[in-house]
Amino acid sequence: MKDIRKELEKRILVLDGAMGTMLQQYKFTEADFRGERFKDFEHPLQGNNDLLSLTQPKAIAEVHAKYFEVGADIVETNTFSGTTIAMADYHLEDIVYELNYESAKIAKKVADEFTARNSEKPRFVAGAIGPTNRTASMSPDVNDPGYRAITFEELRIAYKQQVEGLIDGGVDVLLVETIFDTLNAKAALFAIEEVKEERNIDTPVMVSGTITDASGRTLSGQTAEAFLISISHIPLLSVGFNCALGADQLLPYVKRLSQKSPFYISAYPNAGLPNHFGEYDQTAEEMQKMIRDYMEQNVVNIVGGCCGTTPEHIKMLAEIAQEYTPRKIYEESFS
Amino acid sequence: MEINEMDTKNKQPVLDTHKITTNNEQRKPLVLSGLEPLVIDENTNFVNVGERTNVTGSRKFLRLIKEEKYDEALEVARAQVEGGAQIIDINMDEGMLDGKYAMVKFLNLIAAEPDIARVPIMIDSSKWEIIEAGLQVVQGKGVVNSISLKEGEEQFLHHAKLIKRYGAAVIVMAFDEVGQADSYERRIEICKRSYDILVDKINFPPQDIIFDPNIFPVGTGMEEHRQNAVDFFRATKWIRENLPHAHISGGVSNVSFSFRGNNTVREAMNAAFLYHGIQHGMTMGIVNPEMLEIYDEIDKELLEYIEDVLLDRRDDATERLLDYAETVKGNGKTNEKQAQEWRSGTLQERITHSLVKGVLEFVEEDAEEARQSVAKPIEVIEGYLMNGMNVVGDLFGSGKMFLPQVVKSARVMKKAVAYLLPFIEAEKDETSRSAGKILMATVKGDVHDIGKNIVSVVLGCNNYEVVDLGVMVPPEKIIQTAIDQEVDIIGLSGLITPSLDEMVYLAKELEKLNLSIPVMIGGATTSRAHTAVKIAPEYSKTVVHVNDASRAVNVASNLLNPKSKEEYGLSLKTEYDKLREGFLNRSREKNFLTIAQARDNKLRLDWEQFTPFKPNFIGVKEVSVTLEELLPYIDWTPFFRSWELHGKYPAILEDEVVGKEATKLFAEAKEMLNSIVNEKWLTAKGILGIFPANQVDDDDIQLYDEAGNELNRFLTLRQQSEKNKRANNIALADFIAPKESGKQDYMGAFCVTTGFGVDEISDEYVKNLDDYNSIMIKALADRLAEAFAEYLHEKVRKEIWGYASEENLSNEELIKETYKGIRPAPGYPACPDHLEKKTIWKLLKVEETIGVKLTDSLAMWPASSVSGYYFANPESKYFGLGKIKEDQVVDYAQRRGISVEEATKWLNPNIAD
Repeated sequence: MKDIRKELEKRILVLDGAMGTMLQQYKFTEADFRGERFKDFEHPLQGNNDLLSLTQPKAIAEVHAKYFEVGADIVETNTFSGTTIAMADYHLEDIVYELNYESAKIAKKVADEFTARNSEKPRFVAGAIGPTNRTASMSPDVNDPGYRAITFEELRIAYKQQVEGLIDGGVDVLLVETIFDTLNAKAALFAIEEVKEERNIDTPVMVSGTITDASGRTLSGQTAEAFLISISHIPLLSVGFNCALGADQLLPYVKRLSQKSPFYISAYPNAGLPNHFGEYDQTAEEMQKMIRDYMEQNVVNIVGGCCGTTPEHIKMLAEIAQEYTPRKIYEESFS
Repeated sequence: MEINEMDTKNKQPVLDTHKITTNNEQRKPLVLSGLEPLVIDENTNFVNVGERTNVTGSRKFLRLIKEEKYDEALEVARAQVEGGAQIIDINMDEGMLDGKYAMVKFLNLIAAEPDIARVPIMIDSSKWEIIEAGLQVVQGKGVVNSISLKEGEEQFLHHAKLIKRYGAAVIVMAFDEVGQADSYERRIEICKRSYDILVDKINFPPQDIIFDPNIFPVGTGMEEHRQNAVDFFRATKWIRENLPHAHISGGVSNVSFSFRGNNTVREAMNAAFLYHGIQHGMTMGIVNPEMLEIYDEIDKELLEYIEDVLLDRRDDATERLLDYAETVKGNGKTNEKQAQEWRSGTLQERITHSLVKGVLEFVEEDAEEARQSVAKPIEVIEGYLMNGMNVVGDLFGSGKMFLPQVVKSARVMKKAVAYLLPFIEAEKDETSRSAGKILMATVKGDVHDIGKNIVSVVLGCNNYEVVDLGVMVPPEKIIQTAIDQEVDIIGLSGLITPSLDEMVYLAKELEKLNLSIPVMIGGATTSRAHTAVKIAPEYSKTVVHVNDASRAVNVASNLLNPKSKEEYGLSLKTEYDKLREGFLNRSREKNFLTIAQARDNKLRLDWEQFTPFKPNFIGVKEVSVTLEELLPYIDWTPFFRSWELHGKYPAILEDEVVGKEATKLFAEAKEMLNSIVNEKWLTAKGILGIFPANQVDDDDIQLYDEAGNELNRFLTLRQQSEKNKRANNIALADFIAPKESGKQDYMGAFCVTTGFGVDEISDEYVKNLDDYNSIMIKALADRLAEAFAEYLHEKVRKEIWGYASEENLSNEELIKETYKGIRPAPGYPACPDHLEKKTIWKLLKVEETIGVKLTDSLAMWPASSVSGYYFANPESKYFGLGKIKEDQVVDYAQRRGISVEEATKWLNPNIAD
């Protein structure tokens, strides 16, 4: 059994790019989203990308394969919104376990095919665990700052279900990502620890926060260092940042993590900032140049792309990843 | 400190599997986070934990939480962080509070305040459910305060494991199944055992373990407390050398507990303790910075005496410190002459003096004199001596005497009783028997016994036989002993919050067993209210709260007096029932009256005896005033508040924390104010009207012109929450004579502004990137508008209306609103209804005359404007409407001629759920 930890000692690993951007090219209609199974479902389902794992599994497998083809070492399952909390928007709380399980299966099957072709370059599947659409430490009501739309306990239960589906489906790693409220992430980590203990397994965990703007803080107000401290009670495989910013804007915060973190470092920024039409237009070459800085400065172990990135971008990252040695874990860390 | 010798005596093996020499390997830092990181490493001198947000330590904070004044409670937290607290300790453990609710609510509110939330949170509770609820709402890495082996290893591990999983550091108390560590040996034994369990069994990060090896009071006058500080220091050192990476904390002010009432000594002692604690490796502590002298600034002589006590350097250290403490208190240093003087007082004065001052010398002499003056020797105890002890109790209760002195008083008492005893025995009648048998115990889980011991001593002095079961006494043992020994009274004591629950449990058990022994409740966290609300209802026999030691004898004799005990028990029951009712009425679920019931209970002034003053002026008129005239009327306190500087003017200028900043701000404000006045940046415009008026249809006020034609109506709202007896459900209309009284009354309204021009000036500053002055001009314009309102109100009282023509008040009195009559403003607590402003605008033609407009949401523009009503009745007062019910909203909508939906929209904040 190949071990992602071993691979990380040897080289910089490459994570895939955006799923959503790729799926847009299929121009799926409401009917496509519904497929046969949900054709009579009483609520609209278009836009529920996670559901495509059940209704358009071929497309999902194709996207995973495209990323593996250009050199990605890890792909993320199509489960960003795979919790009862996020699925409530579509009235699909009931299918959450199945959705995670099937998404993991699809990705795992593609990964195994690629590994079989070249055992020197084993491929991995990361179970994507998104932030949900509620925040545990912020009030959605400006007039009532003490109010909370979700509790830790509700999040823990929802995440636990997602984690069980992903693990049963065969993921190699769990990836708690796009964290804008650290308390949500702590609930996810709590759930993961529970599942790991109950099953006596040691699935590696990656954590990736989101710095929302130039203030250098998460949406819930934490600095990069405070964020790191707040999630370091769990033995993690890696910690890093993704989304919201382009690679150049994200670098200073990744560096801060890199200086203090006892874990491997990941970074998968957006393809720049969105333009006026909400589209990302940073080219693969531009992004490659910026990520090269990360590698020159020896601050990363895992790189990839978030919103707006395509196989083209990932291909360019995979090329330079081979040229550099991975960051070593520093002794001088917080914990 | 010499500790090697002790190590060899210590039964625990000194060799340690975790032992790494701290010289060779660096300690791992303890890292915590709020919104920002806090790293505690070798370079950190000392981390001070703010303790003002603790209901058990701060009366003010407790009150704010009880009254659900969370905004003000947040200010307490903010002030602490601004004052330099690097962590804030939050504790909601109080018998009468829903601790979990309060903890979650407060932490959620803190999360919305970035300048508070930047520091890590210490979740402080003795209840796990509160701790866990706290852990679930904190995004950063905080500290749990605390867990211990008290309830055994299994629970300890379970909690520690969860804490680790939630991601927090933990304070571990030196406490195990046997009890709280009170010696050096016990401290290190428990800490080592706790450490080994945490690190070996669940891999708890050792740097996240913070030991609290128990800071106990010194200088209590009791032999067994002499080593309290020394043992703490030695244990601290041992832990730092033998338990790698672990940290040390403690509640510092506990050490000087017995000197409460003498801040000079307390502050110095806390500082000295901290100094030595840090030297020995203490890394953090819960400290009230206001109760801390700077070590180097402690008077050298005082420091010597204090360190003698702390380090247990002399046998007479406590005595010497006590004597010296008297002198620094400012009222000590009695000379020979004064010493003789008190001897010339009356017998009672002399006995009281001996008791209060702890003077043994004359007590037998005075007791003898007293004995000869009474019929039976026992009366000396019940009269003279108890009178004196009551004084002691009062002084102690109000913090004017401290503990060692009370112990001395008890010694004097004992000597007097010993002298009287043979005479009492000689009487050979029933009084020679013991007055009664009293069981005394500190309840399970609690180790505090100073108070209980004093009560025992005092009772013993008064001929009661005391069965003292000590501390941490399980309920079964208390009950068994009470039955076996046939005691007459059970006395329960406790100082920490969980003890309250223990007492409730015990009351239930007594009830189950159908016992009839009366129960006395005492100790620092207990209260009459808690006893009445929580304990008394559980036990059908007598339960009584005893305020302090000196009252214990009175209470005990009442409980046992065969003639009056029934009556006493009954009167206690009634008293507590009342208290309970009162409390329950005040609690969160308020009862409401219907609007009809509320109107029935309206304020009825005696209109027969009162004739309203006919105003000198009736009608509407514009008022002009120069800005200069307004200057003396400015209330500066809200000005500082608008800059987030909290404190009363002028004291704020001298404030320890914000004084410097406030002074600077004040100077700059004055400077701008000069320009505003001299260069006429702003203009003051005002208008007022006074009209004949009568109250009609319960809650409305009808306004007339001079010919008696109705001009308009003010609609007022009536308080609807159920009141205690004699309090009324008030509406503003109650201050105006009702039409059926036949008396003509009057009412006024006004609007003043100093706001024209403010926006332009402010914008100009903003353009020049000068936010400071753009805020300053607005803040000053607001103050001027308020000053104008105050000025005009005075003019109205003294001249225009003229009902208080002889009034002569200082500005301070004006601010304190000591004058007659009120000027409530729509949108404020007495009349939250903003729609009333429309009526004022119409009546006075405000916009047409002075240009102040109402926005869609009925805010005034320009913002620096004030409007309101005038009520002249001497009985009129400001009040808060509070919550009202649906029925009043419907009624109001009808009166206003608007839909219920619209009425609901405007009144929403005041409508009860």
